[in-house]
Amino acid sequence: MTCSVNQQMINEKIVEICSEFKNDPDELIAILHKAQGHFGFLPSEVQQAVADQLHIPVSKVFGVVTFYSYFTMEPKGKYPISICMGTACYVKGAEKVLHEFESKLKIKNGQTTTDGRFSLNTLRCIGACGLAPVVMIGEKVYGGVKPEDAGKIISEYPA
Amino acid sequence: MKAQQLKIALRNCGVIDPEDIQDYIANEGYLALASCLSGPREAVIETIKKSGLRGRGGAGFSTGTKWEFAAKPESDKKYVVCNADEGDPGAFMDRAVLEGDPHSVLEAMAICGYAIGADEGYIYIRAEYPLAIKRLHIAIAQAEEAGLLGENVMNTGFNFKIKLKYGAGAFVCGEETALIKSMEGNRGEPVSKPPFPATKGYRGKPTNVNNVETFANVAAIINRGADWFSSIGTEKSKGTKVFALAGKVKKVGLVEVPMGTTLRELVYDIGGGILGDKQFQAVQTGGPSGGCLTVKHLDTPIDYESLVAAGSMMGSGGMIVMDEDDCMVAVAQFYLDFTVEESCGKCVPCREGNKALYSILNKITHGHGTMQDLDRLKELSAVIKGASLCALGQTAPNPVLSTINNFYDDYVQHVVDKKCRAKKCRALIQYRVVEENCIGCGACKRACPADAITGEIKQKHFIDQEKCIKCGACHQKCKFSAIAID
Repeated sequence: MTCSVNQQMINEKIVEICSEFKNDPDELIAILHKAQGHFGFLPSEVQQAVADQLHIPVSKVFGVVTFYSYFTMEPKGKYPISICMGTACYVKGAEKVLHEFESKLKIKNGQTTTDGRFSLNTLRCIGACGLAPVVMIGEKVYGGVKPEDAGKIISEYPA
Repeated sequence: MKAQQLKIALRNCGVIDPEDIQDYIANEGYLALASCLSGPREAVIETIKKSGLRGRGGAGFSTGTKWEFAAKPESDKKYVVCNADEGDPGAFMDRAVLEGDPHSVLEAMAICGYAIGADEGYIYIRAEYPLAIKRLHIAIAQAEEAGLLGENVMNTGFNFKIKLKYGAGAFVCGEETALIKSMEGNRGEPVSKPPFPATKGYRGKPTNVNNVETFANVAAIINRGADWFSSIGTEKSKGTKVFALAGKVKKVGLVEVPMGTTLRELVYDIGGGILGDKQFQAVQTGGPSGGCLTVKHLDTPIDYESLVAAGSMMGSGGMIVMDEDDCMVAVAQFYLDFTVEESCGKCVPCREGNKALYSILNKITHGHGTMQDLDRLKELSAVIKGASLCALGQTAPNPVLSTINNFYDDYVQHVVDKKCRAKKCRALIQYRVVEENCIGCGACKRACPADAITGEIKQKHFIDQEKCIKCGACHQKCKFSAIAID
């Protein structure tokens, strides 16, 4: 992965965040929340900087990042696309919708486009089963999505 | 007479402005704390014990006894922790309390702090609850400003500070030892008890962990007395319980009913009955740790012991009603899928056992199951229940066991007849054109994404089973009931 932010910028930001929490290793999760809020994701460079600053092994930071589903090591796109794979959506063809988004964006589930515009993920259920199949882009919900709608939906989001 | 709701934990929700402490104070707010601080701490514990309040997170341990355990050890530092890591899919009782009445939790935590001798409290809350977090921050600031929290509370010399800790999306962190691990910045992996948190908890100090709803009952008990509270409910389960009623009932949402209310009263009187007046099939309580109860359990009173005896559990309050169109094997598989994903992976029975359970269920719902698989499910479930380290693993097989026990015929049908009565398991159903109804309009053919339907306009159409992907698009599009599901 190419790193868009340089190591020095990362280090400076992490020093700032960690000192807010008095460099207390007990606050690791809070620090990671803050770091992810700033960088959008937690690449290994960020994890290393946090480990150095808190004087804990980077393996521990990695262990925590991978344990909790809220943390991600993949950058999300400017417009994160989530496709609901809950039972209701699945039965109504969400898988095909996913495949269409994958082929239109030329990425796989879990990846981000090279220009950073879109990322593609599936989620379990957003509780909008009456609208199945459901696609979410950012906060916006699209209901009753058909595979052929993918192109039109994508074109709503300019670069 | 129809069963009625009775609001204790939710008494202020929707009634007061949660962002204005004056509203809470005007509704007897912080009165309980004041009265506790004017007496000995033992009296507080005695009142809570006498009230019969039990943990609302699911396990149902006596709250007063828990406080007593934490009060006992001598220590320079103790902690009160509020467990707000509400992770059950479809449950939002705690969120409602925290968003609608945050002070009731803060006040109760301070009361608990006084009772056990702690001067610091933490609320471990899901990061996914931004509104609750915002309102808690506002409430804490207002309470400190008013001298009701912080240093020298109400000029009594009692100090009590409350801070927030955020979860990061791990169901297992609802288990108290895992929660404490997570608070300390670690992976949320449970540890074996003893030592219990009451002797060695957060940062190695005595710690009392209670659920949000448990705390929400405390101030009301202090204000109205233990006798009042214990007059509500059943012999062993006192007070009320909040449920998130969902699924195939007419009225969904949060309800609070006295313990001892029957499932029938909850589903029919309060929930208004089954949606579309279909046949009731099951009610699922306790989320991924609970079980599916059936028609014969409808008159079971809702209390900790009765629900366990019926093969489910109280749990934190999720209650999902299912009708005749739900496949109970698929439901068990759905919950197992959740558990497999949320198992922390520390102990083998839970990590590997649940995966194995899931794959057997998958085999059955795909029509490859055998009768031996049903025995294997039971055997494996017993091992997982007995050998897992924490409650997540110990209760994970409950959805499987309860559905096998209560809906054995459904399992047999999947295994022997390779049929799914509810027509939910895609591998076991077939879409077929009902020739006498088909007018040959071609709507199904156009809807079919797999080109599996052939037929000329105004002629009978035909579904090629080899090509059919069983998406159901034809069934949905047909206006003439000419597509049947076998």
